[in-house]
Amino acid sequence: MTDSSATPAVRMTGIAKRFAAVQAVAQADLSVQPGEIHALCGENGAGKSTLMKILCGMNGCDDGRIEVHGQDVTGWSTARAIAAGVGMVHQHFMLVPTLTVAENVVLGREPLRHGLLDLEKAVADVEQLCKQTGLSVPARALVAELSVGQAQRVEILKVLHRGARVLLLDEPTAVLSPPEVVELWKVLRTLRGSGTTILLVTHKLDEVMELTDRITVMRQGRTVAVLQTPETTPEILAEAMVGREVDLRVQHAKRAGSRGDVVLQLRDLRVAGRRIAEAIRGISLDVRAGEILGIAGVEGNGQAELLEALTGLRPVLSGEISLNGKNINALTPRARGDAGLSHIPEDRHERGLILEFSVADNLVLGQQHHFGSKGLLDRRAIDAHAQAAIAAWDIRPPDPQAPVRTLSGGNQQKVVIAREMARDFSVLIAAQPTRGVDVGAIEFIHDRLRQARDAGKAVLLVSAELREILTLSDRIAVLYGGQLVAVLPRDACSEAILGGYMTGLGSTTEAA
Amino acid sequence: MISVRWLHWADLVLPPLVALAVALVAGDLLILSYGQAPGSVWRLLLEGTWGNSYGIGQVLYKATTLTCTGLAVALPMRAGLFNIGAESQLAAGAFATALVASLLPTATPLLLAAPLCIAGAMVGGGLVGAVPGVLRARYGAHEVIVTIMLNFVVLALLNWLVSTYWHVPETLHTPTITSGQMPRLSQLFPQFHGSAANWSWLPVALTAGLVQWALQRSQAGFALRAVGFQPLAAENAGILVGRVWRQALTWGGALAGLGGINFVLGYKGYYEDGLAGGAGFLGIAVALVGRNHPLGVVAAALLFATLSQGGLAIHALVPKQMVEVLQAVVILAMAMAVPEVRRLLRTALTPRRRAP
Ligand SMILES: Nc1ncnc2c1ncn2[C@@H]1O[C@H](COP(=O)(O)OP(=O)(O)OP(=O)(O)O)[C@@H](O)[C@H]1O
Ligand SMILES: [Mg+2]
Repeated sequence: MTDSSATPAVRMTGIAKRFAAVQAVAQADLSVQPGEIHALCGENGAGKSTLMKILCGMNGCDDGRIEVHGQDVTGWSTARAIAAGVGMVHQHFMLVPTLTVAENVVLGREPLRHGLLDLEKAVADVEQLCKQTGLSVPARALVAELSVGQAQRVEILKVLHRGARVLLLDEPTAVLSPPEVVELWKVLRTLRGSGTTILLVTHKLDEVMELTDRITVMRQGRTVAVLQTPETTPEILAEAMVGREVDLRVQHAKRAGSRGDVVLQLRDLRVAGRRIAEAIRGISLDVRAGEILGIAGVEGNGQAELLEALTGLRPVLSGEISLNGKNINALTPRARGDAGLSHIPEDRHERGLILEFSVADNLVLGQQHHFGSKGLLDRRAIDAHAQAAIAAWDIRPPDPQAPVRTLSGGNQQKVVIAREMARDFSVLIAAQPTRGVDVGAIEFIHDRLRQARDAGKAVLLVSAELREILTLSDRIAVLYGGQLVAVLPRDACSEAILGGYMTGLGSTTEAA
Repeated sequence: MISVRWLHWADLVLPPLVALAVALVAGDLLILSYGQAPGSVWRLLLEGTWGNSYGIGQVLYKATTLTCTGLAVALPMRAGLFNIGAESQLAAGAFATALVASLLPTATPLLLAAPLCIAGAMVGGGLVGAVPGVLRARYGAHEVIVTIMLNFVVLALLNWLVSTYWHVPETLHTPTITSGQMPRLSQLFPQFHGSAANWSWLPVALTAGLVQWALQRSQAGFALRAVGFQPLAAENAGILVGRVWRQALTWGGALAGLGGINFVLGYKGYYEDGLAGGAGFLGIAVALVGRNHPLGVVAAALLFATLSQGGLAIHALVPKQMVEVLQAVVILAMAMAVPEVRRLLRTALTPRRRAP
């Protein structure tokens, strides 16, 4: 697939980009052959997103040269990049929710008839494109009604509809459920087969090994290695990324202490859904101090509603939530936090962070009433808190006053986790805690979750990744269709067993 | 090294300066079209405002009201809400302060009367502001619609109250108050003689400083800014978004109401129908140019007050409506300058590429 004699589809040499005090990219070289799937790997903040944005014209660069199909295009604009067939699918979608799929796809390149939008042609075009690529989305559906995976397909269709021959994807799988990931791989392979060049960023090493032809590794803004995928191993790759050896073995560390009292108790909980009348249909569950309880399930089976009900963002229809023996049904989110409930929300950009606020302010968000007295803020205490968290979690750049928006995705996630784990809690609800963080940081976050458990905290882990659930949990509950269809000890679980329950095939087991 | 902090300030301060420059050029063209020399008109404008103590006093008087209405727009804006109701909130505050002053015994000592009258003004404006706040928080009614409608309702209500129950015959104003008057500046500095300038500017300036301080240093300000940026994340953090909306609009109304003391306690000594005279609507422009930043609002209020007073000074050479055109140009240029300046800042900071 990689023909080194051909002109590369993309060649970037000596690229440098600086943001105020941060050298995001320095002396980066990248060469992608036509028709290959090329991965860009590296730690959080290594400069991957920045390099991609430079390539697609969203960011300028301070130095270096960019060639696409042999032509010097340094410093071009997004519009010219699109015209030249370079398109980027961003991690945060840019779709118009009130328009249909077809309208979104053709937006900016609408087929016209008598000067008006030819909707039927648009639909036909999109359906045709779907068939060619194997991307399946209902062309007439409203974007607002789509799942995350479908919305992503629309983004890809949009880029392809504009004639992209070079497709850039920034962490495309971070938000997908495992079946959606498999689906995406199929599509990307089909596209490669038809000659499209694909450059993607991901933190998941198994994906990289499975899908790609070559890998460029970045560290601290530099490109430090180019690897041929068939000749490499996840260990070599991880070492190149982090600069030290990383233990990648999936190991399930048993809890050190014994299980304690029940700290979080759900009794016949029923919760209304976002689109359906009842998303959680009678759940009973005990979570004990000193255990990590994983909730497995395909996204859309009530996870979001369950989390919202637990944290106080969504009223319950009936049933009871108690924390340390006290019914908290009627408590506000803030009162629940003060009562010992900590929460890592699954969507850091929408729910977890105020992007315009500084790192320091985000680190006290939700606990600002504990930083100061008489309604005032104690700036010095907030700053000291930030310095400590930045040091403890290796948040980069280590500047408490930097707006969180300017941090890389993984570092933003660390801010959320640092905040939620710094507060005084007895139950931690961790939703997708390692979404978008690099291998080293995943290891680190997992360690912290285990430490919390060993210190007698209860952790409720909700993750779309079975691997993560299996690695961390002491017990695993499977959510299917708004009910817990199984609650099993970790030792009785495997991917296959859980997979059966998750798709509704397994038989109902008695709750532990 | 250019720091993030420096960028932040440049982003705040540069657009108004650019907008002002654009307005100056537009003004030059207008003046030329009247066959006058721009230099002499501008000189006249400055002499008629900052060039003598009467002019300074008038600018100060006008800026005091505009600061209040500007804050009334800016504060809710920081919570993500658009308050178009400053006009009626200002009138309600003025009415309330006249009511309080008339209820006080004659010649109540100023140190007692002033706080009461100020509180009255803020409660009056705050009540009007609370209505859209409550409707937004409880029923999701859009504050823009509600505040626009309330302007009509409240102004009509006040007109009815004054004309039916409480006015000096043959006029549309209430009887002159007998306590709570803010002394004129001219009592201490005779050179201000004749201008409307009075000590209302002091509580208003203190309030602007207080709002700035509260936004940055109080937990309530933290919550308000969080809601303004990202309501969902704020909600997740346990901030009661509805309550913040209610408070922001209520305080916005109270700030507009505070402006009522300037006219009632400081200038005329009575409530008069139509006293707001567009100062509430101009508050939107003041907040825009002041970047919703309390201290910026003070600066913008001084600018708009200068233009409005300067219009009278240049009337001999060009129609005074010219300054209204200039105000409009400042507003339009501002709306364009914000994204444009941001883009320029970005490119200016990117070092040039080496020549190939
Ligand atoms: N607009 C910006 N302003 C200031 N600094 C920025 C900006 N964008 C990125 N940076 C900084 O540049 C560095 C590289 O960021 P980038 O987003 O490219 O990292 P990344 O490799 O994509 O990381 P992640 O895996 O966490 O997404 C980071 O230190 C980040 O803080
Ligand atoms: Mg990134």
